[in-house]
Amino acid sequence: MNAVFSFGRLGALLIKEFIQMRRDRITFAMMLGVPLVQLVLFGYAINNDPKALPAALVVTSQDQYTRAMVSALETTGYYRFVRVAASEAEAESLMARGEVSFVVTIPSDFRRRVDRGDNPRILIEADATDPSAAGNAIATLGTVASQALLREQGMEAVAAENAAGQLQVVVHRRYNPEGISQYNIVPGLLGVILQMTLVMMTSIALTRETERGTMENLLAMPASPTEIMLGKVLPYLVVGGVQVAVVLAAARLLFSVPFVGSLWLLVGAIFVFVMALVLLGYTISTVARTQMQALQLTFFFFLPSILLSGFMFPYRGMPGWAQALGEILPLTHFLRVTRAVMLKGADFAEIAAEIAALSVFAVVFAGLALMRFRRTLD
Amino acid sequence: MNTSPAISVRNLVKRFGTKTVVDHVSMDVATGEIVGFLGPNGSGKTTTIRIICGLLTPDEGEGSVLGHDLRTEALRIKREVGYMTQRFSFYEDLTIAENLEFVARLYRLKPVEEHVGRTLEELGLTSRRDQLAGTLSGGWKQRLALAACIMHKPKLLLLDEPTAGVDPKARREFWDEIHRLARDGLTVLVSTHYMDEAERCHRISYISYGRMLASGAVDEVVANAGLTTFVVEGEHLNEVAAELEGRPGVEQIAPFGATLHVVGSDAKLLKKSLADIARRDGVTVRPGETSLEDVFIQFMAGSKDNMQ
Repeated sequence: MNAVFSFGRLGALLIKEFIQMRRDRITFAMMLGVPLVQLVLFGYAINNDPKALPAALVVTSQDQYTRAMVSALETTGYYRFVRVAASEAEAESLMARGEVSFVVTIPSDFRRRVDRGDNPRILIEADATDPSAAGNAIATLGTVASQALLREQGMEAVAAENAAGQLQVVVHRRYNPEGISQYNIVPGLLGVILQMTLVMMTSIALTRETERGTMENLLAMPASPTEIMLGKVLPYLVVGGVQVAVVLAAARLLFSVPFVGSLWLLVGAIFVFVMALVLLGYTISTVARTQMQALQLTFFFFLPSILLSGFMFPYRGMPGWAQALGEILPLTHFLRVTRAVMLKGADFAEIAAEIAALSVFAVVFAGLALMRFRRTLD
Repeated sequence: MNTSPAISVRNLVKRFGTKTVVDHVSMDVATGEIVGFLGPNGSGKTTTIRIICGLLTPDEGEGSVLGHDLRTEALRIKREVGYMTQRFSFYEDLTIAENLEFVARLYRLKPVEEHVGRTLEELGLTSRRDQLAGTLSGGWKQRLALAACIMHKPKLLLLDEPTAGVDPKARREFWDEIHRLARDGLTVLVSTHYMDEAERCHRISYISYGRMLASGAVDEVVANAGLTTFVVEGEHLNEVAAELEGRPGVEQIAPFGATLHVVGSDAKLLKKSLADIARRDGVTVRPGETSLEDVFIQFMAGSKDNMQ
């Protein structure tokens, strides 16, 4: 009889844990419902591609080209002209107050330049404090505007191609000229949702036994620390798997997040990440004496994970010490993996370092938990 | 029968912070014995039991349980000991059958279904196998806990106040079961507050504030206490009791129905104090038998409280 590990005993612990999970309806609903609610809520609330953004128009002449331009911009769905400003200064103050996100200026010589074929120009000023708001609206601008112009001029298709590009759309990104890369939110949410629910659930794993008085009995029976740890951690690994499936499916169906990389590579990385999370939660539960303490510790870990991992704020924008702090958070590494795999199509070699970091977390947390585990009631 | 002791511990000491909860406790329990473990609340009974089953490591002292070293072979001890905790410590959100299955699998009893089925039958709980353990009454919880503790056929059973909050009939049945198990060779150490339960043990050990004060068969413990008891019968016993209060040699006065039990450790002094009462009309004083309870009250009065 093996004293340290037996599949029979581990099986006993696993079955018990799953039954308890099933009985605790609210927690069970939370484990499946929370990811979905959070994803839908944040996924839709945090919109990368907002439409119908308020815009102001600055025009000095009323000709057919200007009208064509305005209606073309409106039909893209991105621009909703709410004001026609009389002057540049008025438009400026509208944007400063945040009443409009764009100011479209069509200069007075626009018609003359179109007629002369002399590189007509329009100016789009975008409020780029939130670059995601302006990004796509600007991206569609060039083609839409020149097509509208050519249609209006009644050019033939061939001639239109030659003339295309003659129109110059000048874009000024105001307040934040660089802009920041987008598509971050949904892949990032995957990591955040997993971190929140899994660490929370496993962090109360042992404290719940202690508080209900069942710990004394469990310790009096012949279960080894490894068996108890795996018995607690593996069921949540399964829960994490279900959550991942839900979030990935929703990311695809609801948000059409581009997925250019290998699904299996991502699943592999998620497995390591989830393992690190449940072991982190379990480690917390060997430290905390009550469920309340366990939850507090979970949040103590959760907030920096959100703020310093690059989920909310760009990692590279942080000072060095904050970046160093971010490095010791599993979420930081996981975000790099998901973004690289989902959006950039990275292969294993490109994310190997991040996966290695996640594996180190898993091993360290497991070691800490086994060290911290009190086999006696001392 | 095996004559080596089931429990043999020497000078166990356990401190929590600055409090010494178990203070040089030694104990021997022979195989097949039922030993009652008595003492007031907070006297160290639970802590001692936890040390014996390997749940706590003693700060000092050593010993063996079922021939396994207390300090180094805790896992082996756990496998051969059944420990029933004071508080119900099975899973209330699992059904009766699921709890038993869990225990059966942890002890690697095979086939699980057979062990569980037999245990349920013995308990008379087969029809309620799918009921959540949390919905059971106190008496049934206690029976379930006992059944779960003995399912793996332990050689030593440690029971920590198993009958607290259980009705007299269930207590009686519980003790009948304990004696049945002991006849089959199981050793039992049971802590209790009830005198009638103590009297059903082969031997008792009395612990107070971490110190073992007395050990032996019930009549030995009573005899060794050296107490003399007189029974006073008659009228106006309330006045008699008030009069006796504080007289030399009178250490306990306890009304029992229409009689008064007067107890003291100095027989001569006690007799002298009672002499004038005995001469009164309508009052008789005769020698009585000292009860175990008298002895314990005496112990409790005599031992200093270090918990405050």
